[in-house]
Amino acid sequence: MKQFTAFVRKEFYHVFRDPKTLLLLFGMPIAQIILFGFALTNEIKNSKIVVVNYAQDEEARQLINKIEASANFEVAEQLMNHREIEDAFKAGIIKLAIVFPNKFSQTLHHEGQAQIQIIADASDPNTATTLSNYAQAIIRDYQSSLIPAETKALSINTQVRMIYNPELKGVYNFVPGVMALVLLLVGVLMTSVSIVREKEMGTMEVLLVSPFNPLLVIISKAVPYFFLSLINLTIILVLSSTLMEMPINGSLFLLYFASAILIITALSLGLLISNSTDSQQAAMLISLLVMLMPTLLFTGFLFPLENMPWPLQLVANILPSKWYYIIVKSVMIKGLGWASVWKEILILMGMTAFLLTLSVKKFKIRLA
Amino acid sequence: MQQEIVISAHNLTKKFGDFVATNQITFEVYAGEIFGFLGANGAGKTTAMKMLCGLSTPSSGEATIAGFDVYKEPDKIKQNIGYMSQKFSLYEDLTVAENIQFFGGIYGLKSKELKAKTKELIETLGLTNEAHKLVGSLPIGWKQKLAFSVAIIHEPKIVFLDEPTGGVDPLTRRQFWDLIYAASDRGITIFVTTHYMDEAEYCDRISMMVDGYIKALDSPENLKKAHGASTMDEVFFNLARGAQRQGD
Amino acid sequence: MPAVVLNKISKRYEKGHLAVDEASFSVEEGELFGLIGPDGAGKTSIFRILTTLLLANSGHGSVMGFDLEKDFKKIRETVGYMPGKFSLYPDLSVEENLNFFATLFNTSISENYDLIKDIYIQIEPFKKRRAGKLSGGMKQKLALCCALIHRPTVLFLDEPTTGVDSVSRKEFWEMLKRLKNQGITILVSTPYMDEATLCERIALMQDGKILSIDEPKNIIAEYPDPLFAIKAVRMSDLLKDLRQQDAVKSCFSFGEYHHISFKNATQNQTQNLVDKLSVLGHAKLEIKIIEASIEDCFINLLSK
Repeated sequence: MKQFTAFVRKEFYHVFRDPKTLLLLFGMPIAQIILFGFALTNEIKNSKIVVVNYAQDEEARQLINKIEASANFEVAEQLMNHREIEDAFKAGIIKLAIVFPNKFSQTLHHEGQAQIQIIADASDPNTATTLSNYAQAIIRDYQSSLIPAETKALSINTQVRMIYNPELKGVYNFVPGVMALVLLLVGVLMTSVSIVREKEMGTMEVLLVSPFNPLLVIISKAVPYFFLSLINLTIILVLSSTLMEMPINGSLFLLYFASAILIITALSLGLLISNSTDSQQAAMLISLLVMLMPTLLFTGFLFPLENMPWPLQLVANILPSKWYYIIVKSVMIKGLGWASVWKEILILMGMTAFLLTLSVKKFKIRLA
Repeated sequence: MQQEIVISAHNLTKKFGDFVATNQITFEVYAGEIFGFLGANGAGKTTAMKMLCGLSTPSSGEATIAGFDVYKEPDKIKQNIGYMSQKFSLYEDLTVAENIQFFGGIYGLKSKELKAKTKELIETLGLTNEAHKLVGSLPIGWKQKLAFSVAIIHEPKIVFLDEPTGGVDPLTRRQFWDLIYAASDRGITIFVTTHYMDEAEYCDRISMMVDGYIKALDSPENLKKAHGASTMDEVFFNLARGAQRQGD
Repeated sequence: MPAVVLNKISKRYEKGHLAVDEASFSVEEGELFGLIGPDGAGKTSIFRILTTLLLANSGHGSVMGFDLEKDFKKIRETVGYMPGKFSLYPDLSVEENLNFFATLFNTSISENYDLIKDIYIQIEPFKKRRAGKLSGGMKQKLALCCALIHRPTVLFLDEPTTGVDSVSRKEFWEMLKRLKNQGITILVSTPYMDEATLCERIALMQDGKILSIDEPKNIIAEYPDPLFAIKAVRMSDLLKDLRQQDAVKSCFSFGEYHHISFKNATQNQTQNLVDKLSVLGHAKLEIKIIEASIEDCFINLLSK
């Protein structure tokens, strides 16, 4: 035991004496949180649009004002002619154009219905759909304000409540995903590189030719990264709850517990990778390859898993990050407890146990 | 007879922050000479060589190599010299012929000339059967000999050899020096560093660096006389023993 | 009981390269044994097999009576190993490195301090310095301390003097001699032929094969012919001319002199040779009989 402590202490020295490692270790999560939290969002705000107002009457003006007032839009120009719309699109200034026909108010009041044309730049279909949805929502809203209170036409009103995330904030989706990404990436990368560095330096040989079980030496390498990952987690939680108003509705203990399991998974994976390579660069590349893309694609925070064809959904099922993501969202956003996530936790623990056993078994006690 | 000076250094200095690796060294090397550049680890040899090869800019002092100024024309220097070191010389995953063609191309040999040279080189070194084998599969001694021949394939004025015979068996070492002599006879100046003191004897003149300075510069014969020594090993020991610097 | 035994050990790597070819030798307890040979001779492979880091393809061996394959754990507990490149942790200090290796072997620095004292004293002033910032000579000393700290029965030093200046090399061998007096069996590998005479017994290796095993003086005595040293003013021309002489059997440059041997021992052979060379224009000719060095023997064995 005394020896194990000595090894762990040495590993802490290594970590703290290498400024580049520290930068990566702590800089990365902070950078990711800020990126995903603030910069990258699939909400669209202040999108520039143009309006062609042939009508020039009261209702048109009111509607245009309402559109301008919304956070989503900014009327760049009011054009005189619909032919100028294409130039505006081509110049790339706008992604949406709204056209009010001649005699808009007149048509509306006399015939009971009028038309407005929305033209969207669908070279980016997602943005086009989102923007036209926003526009339509604003128009519907305006429309309902026009209906006289006495009219009792048969109508079904839908009342929409967005629970857990009423403001439809993107961060609620991203933060748990970033947590998974950071814990996995850091754990796998750091552990595999650290072990392979021993091989490269030649000290691994000396460690093997000693009475001490080299596996324990390896495990002692994982210990600092375990604690540092937990600290990383805390930083992410603090940042997201203060800067981005991310709630932590459920049990903090449960959150840390699930995170600890994920970290151990990452460390085992790092150990497994280090067994198969002899150079630090290869270890880094393999770690990134194995962790980055699958986690980004198949965790469910960038792309909804439900939209994917079922073979890919199966793939997602074997990734620990997917299960962790579910647990974190349930606990943080929905405030659920053990009873709701025990299945996912069990799955996660099973994966971890499997990886750990595999990596220990594959550990080489000789050079070749 | 006035001998042509191919390397001339005057108060050449290289500092890394406060640390003066090479301290105002002054010397000249003549055409066709075999010039031994000796010194303990950390004495400043490698730093000096890097400056002379145009790989590192001096902090102060002057130097002219093959007629080109070390500050203004380092690229011209690189084009007119050959270089070979123990650590890297050839690509292990290319064949003998491919390596020769690659380096020949880099040194600016035209394809007809290159073809002829390749054939000549392979025959001279006795590598006809190995011409299409990967260099990595050759024994070390053959690699070193091939590397040297490739380093001078463009018949440069000077060739810099950084511990070229380290770890090589004694027979191959001597064969290597046969190649060096042959090159020297053709008029190529050889600038070589080595840890083998018997190789110091093969040089026309030796310089010994200690703690960044040149402490001795003369022919092996004169150095031995001056130190009352019978071997270069003793001379080296005398000069290096008082070294302050234990750098690496 | 011999401390180390190798019996027809062979090792072939995956790429097909035969690194060790039926090597056999044994080392007695307390001996200072040298494995001499150039790069690629197979020295490191043999050391790795002896320290149980590699499994041989065929043959068997033992260290202190423990079988290399079956009892490798016992071997790993008792030997000291200093691989090439001085495996130290560059970002840990001298003290921290030593402490770590002591802990690795379940001991402490104080327990066996007497063993390393002479060596450690030379680097003690730098004990807080990071190992990465030490010179080659100091790294060597530290690595040796780390290999000794647990008082091993057998010490394996793989090319400990490579890349280190000749002054440090001499000091190192002095330290080894003193260690020998403590009863530790020491196996050293080196490419430097001149270090061979500092060992009690040596094995000369090339291309995976052992060329000769014996005490240095016996190997030297086995040199087949009388050896002469000859020099003149123009040495490289002399070499060429000597090689063309019928009477000369072998001729190799050895620094200040060339070493030659004759095909048949005849009377006046040296005088005849000197005469012939003078006619060719060589001045200040000097020839004398000398004792062969290990390097002469090695070249002789290679040329067979």
